[in-house]
Amino acid sequence: MSVVAFKTGNEAIAEAWRQINPDVVAAYPITPSTTIMQAFTEMVANGEVDTEMICVESEHSAMSACVGAAATGGRVMTATSAQGLALMVEILYIASGMRLPILLALATRALSAPLNIHGDHSDAMLMRDSGWVEIFSENVQEAYDNMLQAVRIAEHPNVRLPVCVCLDGMQTSHQLENLVVEDDAAVKEFIGEFTPYHPLVDTDHPVTYGACSVSFGEDFYFEAKRQQIEAFDHALRVVQEIGKEFGERFGRHYGLFEEYRLEDAEYAIVMAGANSGTAKDVIDELRDEGKKVGLLKIRLFRPWPWQQLRDALKGLKGIAVFDRSSPAGSIGAPFFNEIRSALYGVENPPVVLNFIYGLGGRQLMPEHIRHAVEQTQLATLTGVNGELVGYLNIRE
Amino acid sequence: MAVAEVATKKQELNLRKIAYEQDKEAIAPGHKLCPGCGITVIMRQLFAAVDYPIIVANATGCLEVCSGNLPYTSWRVPWIHNAFENAAATASGIEAMIKALKRKGKLPADKPIKVLAIGGDGGTYDIGFQALSGAMERGHEMVYLCFDNQGYMNTGGQRSSSTPFGASTHTTPVGSVIPGKMQERKDICFILAAHHIPYVAQCSPSRWPDFARKIRKAFEANGPAFVNCLSVCPTDWGTEPQKGLVITQMAVETCYWPLYEVDRGVWRITYKPKQKLPVTEWLANQKRFRHLLRPENKWMVERIQAELDRRWEQLLALERATGGTGEA
Ligand SMILES: Cc1ncc(C[n+]2csc(CCOP(=O)(O)OP(=O)(O)O)c2C)c(N)n1
Repeated sequence: MSVVAFKTGNEAIAEAWRQINPDVVAAYPITPSTTIMQAFTEMVANGEVDTEMICVESEHSAMSACVGAAATGGRVMTATSAQGLALMVEILYIASGMRLPILLALATRALSAPLNIHGDHSDAMLMRDSGWVEIFSENVQEAYDNMLQAVRIAEHPNVRLPVCVCLDGMQTSHQLENLVVEDDAAVKEFIGEFTPYHPLVDTDHPVTYGACSVSFGEDFYFEAKRQQIEAFDHALRVVQEIGKEFGERFGRHYGLFEEYRLEDAEYAIVMAGANSGTAKDVIDELRDEGKKVGLLKIRLFRPWPWQQLRDALKGLKGIAVFDRSSPAGSIGAPFFNEIRSALYGVENPPVVLNFIYGLGGRQLMPEHIRHAVEQTQLATLTGVNGELVGYLNIRE
Repeated sequence: MAVAEVATKKQELNLRKIAYEQDKEAIAPGHKLCPGCGITVIMRQLFAAVDYPIIVANATGCLEVCSGNLPYTSWRVPWIHNAFENAAATASGIEAMIKALKRKGKLPADKPIKVLAIGGDGGTYDIGFQALSGAMERGHEMVYLCFDNQGYMNTGGQRSSSTPFGASTHTTPVGSVIPGKMQERKDICFILAAHHIPYVAQCSPSRWPDFARKIRKAFEANGPAFVNCLSVCPTDWGTEPQKGLVITQMAVETCYWPLYEVDRGVWRITYKPKQKLPVTEWLANQKRFRHLLRPENKWMVERIQAELDRRWEQLLALERATGGTGEA
């Protein structure tokens, strides 16, 4: 039977892990992800799971052990944030290059320097080209639901890619919310048994993982990368299928992204993660004032569903893309660039502006969101004169 | 079985396996290691010494790049190369997964699968040191083998913290002011012994029975074991390929490379030369040391000899202090 519990996002992730009962978890503490690991080690200590828990000496070793364990043949997961993810980066590419279905819970946090333990998406952006599927969560329930779906996505025979579930650090990770914890048996049935694929542990059929590919004429590096790209094409379909199946089973439906009052909107906010909730409130207020504003909430970031996003956004007059990472040295931050790129070539393209918010945990208040919408409306009338990027709630 | 018990068993070398059953060896012929490379000899000796199903985690380095070349592989045993600094962490994951699968009944509990991590001295003493220390402290049941060729050879022969004092490498060249590497070699076995793991050993492929015995003990240690093995590098030591084992044995006969083990806290020197040869016997015939034999560098040879003597005496003292002088 499903129950409603009062849990933080990190506890929700641990709860999902309890139900998944992974074979190996290797992790290292870092705020704000630490309590995932703490909650889980407690479950291990109490025999609620029979996972082999490795309390490694660094995040580099956490991801390295995950690679070794996953290649040996079983379900493997870890959790981290910011500096921890940065230390893992080398092995993130190896995990995806070896097509190992490892799961990572990322309680997002600002990257140093200056050192900051609060939430933003700079770590999630750091890994965006690492060959991992990346899914954002708005709240505690979504973090839990996404983690369960991630098992199926990662292990799908046409995908076989590692999956990262992002939850906003210090917000979703630490906020207490109501969480529907689904029935253990129903979850078990949904995720299914793990099917090993060329496991190292099958010593009667020895396999080689991680051979180099350097000899000219016989190098297959490019082809291996091309296959990973194809796996992402499959993932786009698989994420939708599994989101649908999850909805049919548990009543909460998931697609590639969420549209909120977008159908007849003239203006849209595009945003990912925890602050989307505030954006929805602001949209309700604006709607009451007669302004046709909607939200497109990013869920799946990798693979980037650009065609579907284009179709959802192309008729609009203006779009305010909210990014929670630094655009230093670029035209704008990643969501902005990828949304603009998705809209390239459409007739009468919408005006697209970029608003940077919440770096290092800086508050995003309803008035800031309002301001961004107003600026976007203004730009559709006056045209964009130079400034594509704005900064919300900053001392200038 | 206690480590000491294994040691007392007189075990035969599996010569037949190497001489007649090449098609069953763990590493198939056709790899790309240099002629005369010590790594090949070490690997063949290792796999001839034991009969378990073994999963290998190999750090980036000469062995890795020369044995796993997509779409080919030389490995007839399950093998994974992850990165340069994480062979021990990768092996931790493998060992943990084996444990989990056995606990969950997905793997027969009595299947004696062993985990072997392999790294060069760079991947062990330097960049992989943290991961190694962590894995040993956590007590994962694995054998970590370091093939110590005293430098970063895969990248063309640069210094490592295992490179001996005075040696010429591509990053410690003999110049008109600085005559080679100016720092002493760090003693990895001492550091590993300080982890108080069940078994630590230093060995040489020039003493095959000793090496084979230590490898068997390492695999039966019921916990983490570390084995350091001197590995000649004809390319970057500047030695004749066919003389590799003779040169390696000179390191042993001069006590530059003592053969010993630390078996659950008991230090035991497993070979004591009847007559300790002067260190020049080891320095000769290697181009990386050639400049040391010049008259103006006499002080360097003296320093090497003095340091070697000090370390050898220290080892003898440890052996006495821990009761290792008796029969093994
Ligand atoms: C993180 C990282 N830094 C540097 C390298 C380049 N690199 C590859 S092998 C190697 C040296 C390996 O030396 P060692 O471990 O002694 O093994 P050997 O080459 O002697 O077999 C280096 C520096 C790398 N692959 N990864």
